[in-house]
Amino acid sequence: MVVFDKPHALTDAPLHYCPGCTHGIIHRLVAEAIDELGIEGKTIGVAPVGCSVMAYNYFACDMVQAAHGRAPAIATGVKRANPENIVFTYQGDGDLASIGMAETIHAATRGENITIIFVNNAIYGMTGGQMAPTSLPGQVTQTSPYGRDTKTAGFPIKVCELLSELEGAAYLERVAVNNVKNVKNAKKAIKKAFENQVNGKGFSLIEVVSTCPTNWGLTPLKALEWVDEKMIPYYPLGVYKDKTAEEEQK
Amino acid sequence: MTTQILIAGFGGQGVLFAGKLLAYKGMYDGKELSWLPSYGPEMRGGTANCSVIISDTPVGSPIVDKPDVLMVMNLPSLDKYENAVNAGGKIFVDSSFIERKVERSDVDAYYVPATKMAAEAGVPTLANMILLGKLLKETKVLDFEGLEGVFKKIVSAKRADLIDANLKALEIGYNYKD
Amino acid sequence: MAEKVLMKGNEAIAEAAILAGCRHYFGYPITPQTEIAAYMAKRMPKIDGTFLQAESEVAAINMVIGVAAAGGRVMTSSSSPGISLKSEGISYLAGCDLPALVINVQRGGPGLGGIQPSQSDYFQCVKGGGHGDYRNIVFAPASVQEMADMTVRGFELADKYRMVSMILADGTMGQMMEPVSLDIPEQKKYDKPWAVTGTKMERKHNIVNSLSLIPEELEQQNFDRFAKYAQIEENEVLYEEYMMEDAEVCVVAYGIAARVAKNAIVAARAQGVKVGMIRPITLWPFPKKVLNAAADKVKAFVTVEMSMGQMIEDVELATRCKKPVLLCNRAGGMIPTPEQVLAKINEAGGIN
Repeated sequence: MVVFDKPHALTDAPLHYCPGCTHGIIHRLVAEAIDELGIEGKTIGVAPVGCSVMAYNYFACDMVQAAHGRAPAIATGVKRANPENIVFTYQGDGDLASIGMAETIHAATRGENITIIFVNNAIYGMTGGQMAPTSLPGQVTQTSPYGRDTKTAGFPIKVCELLSELEGAAYLERVAVNNVKNVKNAKKAIKKAFENQVNGKGFSLIEVVSTCPTNWGLTPLKALEWVDEKMIPYYPLGVYKDKTAEEEQK
Repeated sequence: MTTQILIAGFGGQGVLFAGKLLAYKGMYDGKELSWLPSYGPEMRGGTANCSVIISDTPVGSPIVDKPDVLMVMNLPSLDKYENAVNAGGKIFVDSSFIERKVERSDVDAYYVPATKMAAEAGVPTLANMILLGKLLKETKVLDFEGLEGVFKKIVSAKRADLIDANLKALEIGYNYKD
Repeated sequence: MAEKVLMKGNEAIAEAAILAGCRHYFGYPITPQTEIAAYMAKRMPKIDGTFLQAESEVAAINMVIGVAAAGGRVMTSSSSPGISLKSEGISYLAGCDLPALVINVQRGGPGLGGIQPSQSDYFQCVKGGGHGDYRNIVFAPASVQEMADMTVRGFELADKYRMVSMILADGTMGQMMEPVSLDIPEQKKYDKPWAVTGTKMERKHNIVNSLSLIPEELEQQNFDRFAKYAQIEENEVLYEEYMMEDAEVCVVAYGIAARVAKNAIVAARAQGVKVGMIRPITLWPFPKKVLNAAADKVKAFVTVEMSMGQMIEDVELATRCKKPVLLCNRAGGMIPTPEQVLAKINEAGGIN
């Protein structure tokens, strides 16, 4: 009896992520959603610049690798070219909320019928641990060595809250993957974000509060605890917008 | 034979359209031609101009900086371009707005109170066509005949009423004796 | 032959693009190319195409990448400062070997510059603009008819060679109207087995990507790309020779500057000066061979440019500096007069 298997939508390529990094879990959840919806053959993924830059090697569907921050614009082009395709982006916090903020907001406000998986671990991982737009106040990083000083470096950006003001966005939810319960919720949310696209509901973004043990300077276990202690209080989990639910109520 | 025409005035006086009409007529008459507008902020209420070249041979530069024919609908344009006109050239002046005379003696000047005439004729926005009618009469750069057919090609059927008004204005100018 | 219509250069580009099968346009407003976007905004919804006004030039070129990756015929247009912003995306298009058409209706620079016509983006568009070793096929139309024809050819060559074609026009070419015949030949369909259209669970996944962390592999990609570029230099050069049979002075000019130069050449010939012109229609590939051959016959060259002198370097290279190359130029949005060009032709003719 098979109790645990690799989703078909993941390739056999070994992941390059650091021990304890939750990218692996999130990749798996995305792949499971694709498998369960039976959409692998028509799905196109867009990989970002950041730790998940090589996501194109891990997902078995067709993939495009985007310039830093531009994944939503590329996804827009791919989707407009072939609207029957299911198009998702997979982006980190620097990619989505810093250099690519304009592309993010405008894809949302256009109600672009795409799915965005936004991995927020409050740091630039690939370049070695610099301050991210989502780094917490006081968080020590390579470029905030005395802790993020909100007087000079400003405040973290709460992406779901920000986008929830836009009429164009259909579904926004923040989830985490630091324990089994949260992973299960995350799975549901990610699947729904893809389902929305299949059903033509429009722009869906799932923010996944994630970890970076390497650059946080914590063990994998401590990093998971840090998510509960520091990240989630600042980035409360939950649904920030759900037009599909609103429609159902009507 | 190549005729270089410069049409200038305030934005809104229809100088670009006057040039376009020449260009369309030239095309339907089988001539070589080009039409080049000024563009940019001057379109918004400042001075506007367009260069039109009508020729029997392929047009080289579309820029008219030494016109054979100058049509001006405001004083700044006369001031700016009078001296650029080639000797032996023709200048058409809307004398409703431009009180002074052309100072050059080596060109032919024609004065038409086009804006006043347009108002009197009940086509107040078509001074450009009145002045253009005179221009066509005196320069013979293109046949006056056949303009109706050109309008029918360039004006949508919904705005057919415009055609009569424009033709009327052109004829007023064509028949005007200064 | 189709009946001629009177169109602005910008409109001719847009209509020709549609007739060539382009169904996706992404842009951002900037003078003096706005007619292209306006035309597309009007036409695309009526033919099931996409017109999208992007949030920035950067986003627009990335939307272009998306459609190109998905196998669609796609274009964007802008003017100089906007092309700077698109340059990142153009480099990615090159790195991903994607076909697309980019229009630059140039204005004076640098910086915000002005809005009057200019040719000062020659280096940017012909030599690169974005980072890395790559080429664009660059067309320099000199009439509204060529604006339309080069648009069609641009799409064709972009698909044929999987790379970016550019139309390098200027404000004058974009704004002027001339009769144009839109007789567009049947477009060849290119198979795009590399496009991301979904695996349909029938093939291995396609990856459109410019990342290559193994230098040996990245070097090989560059070698392969340049082998393709060598073919293009051999096969796709376009130019016009004008009165060159007995010419002692050769004018080299493209676009609107070549139109002005023609007037000067006619005037010079009337004075008995033996002058002709080689007008590059493709700036890359550059008409090196014909220029080099001309260098064995003429006394001197004159480049006429609306910049501080950019193409002149390519003329000197192509002719191995065998003969003097004089520059006749205006900058910042000014256009040389035929008189200015004539004076320079006479100066060149006086060289012994």
